Amino acid sequence: MGMMTVIEAVRVAMVEEMRRDPRVFVMGEDVGKRGGVFLATQGFVDEFGEQRVIDTPLAEAAIAGIAAGAAMKGMRPIAEIQFADFIFPTMNQLIGEVARVRYGTKGKVTVPMVVRSPYGGHVRGGLYHSQSVEAYFAHTPGLKVVTPATPYDAKGLLKAAIRDDDPVIVLEHKRTYRSVRGEVPDEDYIVPIGSAEVKREGTDATIVTYGLTVHYSLQAAEMLAEEGASIEVVDLRTVSPIDRETVLASVVKTSRALVVHEDNITGGIGAEVSAIIAEHAFDSLDAPVMRCAGPDIPAMPFAPTLEAAYMPTADKIADAMRMLLAY
Amino acid sequence: MRFSPGSNALENLRSKFHPVFSVESGESELPELGPAFPFDPGSQKDSGNRCLQSCGSTGSPRTEKCGGTRTLFLSGSKWVKGSALYTPAMAQAEGAKAGLDLPDGLTGEDLLDIYGTMVLVRTLDERVWAMNRQGKAAIVASSQGHEGAQLASVWALKQHTSDYFLFTYYRDLAVLVAQGLTPTETILGFLAKDGEPMSGARQFPQHGAMPERRVINQSNVIGTQVPHAVGWALASKMRGEPTVVATFFGDGTTSQGEVHEAMNFAAVHKLPVLFLVENNKYAISVPIAKQMAVGDIAQRAAGYGMPGMTVDGTDIPESYRAVTDAAKRAANGEGPSLVEFDVERYLPHTSDDDDSVYRDPAEIEAAKKRDPLKKLAELLSGAGLLDDDRQQALLAQAKAEVDAATDAAEAAPFPDDGDVYKHVFAEGN
Repeated sequence: MGMMTVIEAVRVAMVEEMRRDPRVFVMGEDVGKRGGVFLATQGFVDEFGEQRVIDTPLAEAAIAGIAAGAAMKGMRPIAEIQFADFIFPTMNQLIGEVARVRYGTKGKVTVPMVVRSPYGGHVRGGLYHSQSVEAYFAHTPGLKVVTPATPYDAKGLLKAAIRDDDPVIVLEHKRTYRSVRGEVPDEDYIVPIGSAEVKREGTDATIVTYGLTVHYSLQAAEMLAEEGASIEVVDLRTVSPIDRETVLASVVKTSRALVVHEDNITGGIGAEVSAIIAEHAFDSLDAPVMRCAGPDIPAMPFAPTLEAAYMPTADKIADAMRMLLAY
Repeated sequence: MRFSPGSNALENLRSKFHPVFSVESGESELPELGPAFPFDPGSQKDSGNRCLQSCGSTGSPRTEKCGGTRTLFLSGSKWVKGSALYTPAMAQAEGAKAGLDLPDGLTGEDLLDIYGTMVLVRTLDERVWAMNRQGKAAIVASSQGHEGAQLASVWALKQHTSDYFLFTYYRDLAVLVAQGLTPTETILGFLAKDGEPMSGARQFPQHGAMPERRVINQSNVIGTQVPHAVGWALASKMRGEPTVVATFFGDGTTSQGEVHEAMNFAAVHKLPVLFLVENNKYAISVPIAKQMAVGDIAQRAAGYGMPGMTVDGTDIPESYRAVTDAAKRAANGEGPSLVEFDVERYLPHTSDDDDSVYRDPAEIEAAKKRDPLKKLAELLSGAGLLDDDRQQALLAQAKAEVDAATDAAEAAPFPDDGDVYKHVFAEGN
């Protein structure tokens, strides 16, 4: 057991899997000598060689499509898209092809690939280095989408993704990379895809969230505890497929639910979680399900004032929760 | 599975990981890829002992020796020396093949095989088009006019590689039939019936995959298969396997960005890929002059640092020669090549298209003068390898086969609607 950051956990997960399974390789922009712009693959080329650590041209569609072809052949590629904001050229491949190959071939061909990408803001990344993209992929059957928030989950989910027989999009919040540290066991483990976790237990209301806002929600819960409210925080960890049982069990217990995410509100994961709660736990609710999420503007702005105005911070989450508790 | 022992650090893949294809757990395991042929490539010149086709067998087609006889193609049936259809005139004509200027590896017998396959494919294509007009087949994209380039390519790959794999597109019926898709399976697809082998009739006809027959034809979105082919080749190279990958696409597809990206990557990494462009000069209704400012698509190859060549795709020997050269380069580790086939499209883009709006009928009539089927018949007749009787016999055999296939497919049920939720993920099937 050791303390490490999220980015270190990501790196360790890949190293261990590449040592374990010769089918695993990484490809992406600057993943070679540079070790990735966030250093996720630092030192990889020295240990595994250029054949398994492939620096690609700046061509995201090719990164996704070529990784897909290699996965069809039986390899286990990890394609790194340098920033999630650059992932849109891959969508023709990921949504149009990768998600459908198993279905369209009746299981004769499968695509066991991983796409890793740093996403999210509150890092002064502006319109093109801050974006949350999970909802686009979570809407697509045939893809799994995970969003770890802690070093433990980052390592366990990435390992699970690499071992999964289907395509998995691993979205790592870039602000957590170095700002979040936590205990990570030395031994081999996975976090099962599709399993949420109660990160803080409580009895008065539930926050359902994922990614960076897990930490902000925990801060909000701490603030509210000082005001006498007991808040449970559920970290989805996987946004597709959503762990309905864990979400519903919490909401049935607390009778109030606030869904929090950084992605803009309309058509986001919060809408799906709200619908699940409304459909399956309506009778348990003492208040309408509420959402605290990014505003419906095209992307997170650069100026610190504008960025702060976008971001669902601990203060905003606490305010939303006070409204919910007062209902 | 094939590896070059000691060729790279991944050689222990061999013992650890068997499936070449990733298949759903719990399903019957696909056969391991063996050599492309059931014979030693070094002895492929032996007459009378090679199977150029999967014999129509559904068992383990590539491991059968065809009982020591050669298979001529009408899928599912064998034209064997000694049979009634193998006439003395033919035997005599084989000796006259010196009259043909054929590329290395291609014999008069091969040309007869190709001809027989082409007759079958044309008959099938005409049948499914008619079934569309009868309201039975929902959609057809015809291969008529493209068959020569397709069959020449498959023959060249079969004869000049030890292993190959194909990524095709929607106008490649001849490729699929040459890889073993039977007439019944073809028509099952056009009628969206149960038992269709490529997608279980989830997809448009001819789409899905037959990895056991070395072909994937997944998408209707043009060009997406090109990076897949490059990725397959990358994986083959990493695993130390000798596979040569070929991907087929039309002139319209060359405008896609992913095609550029994939070609560039393949060239940088010297991957064993053949980019085979079937240029029929139309992207649905948009003529080539509105698609690109260059005269030949093959010119673009220079921009990637790979060879490109334009050939008459209705000329079998010429097409075969070009693909052979490209396949040898790929197999030798010299990297990818682009082969552009000048072909014709005799029918509208699909059965839903009306080409009379944008195409001069005189242009189509002129194009029919270079029909690959007619040209091959003339070549064979001129060399004394094909006479009218045999031509009629081949056509009659094809029609009988397609008739039987039509009956079988029409009698088949549609897929069970309970199937709709299956094969989304590995779990839950």
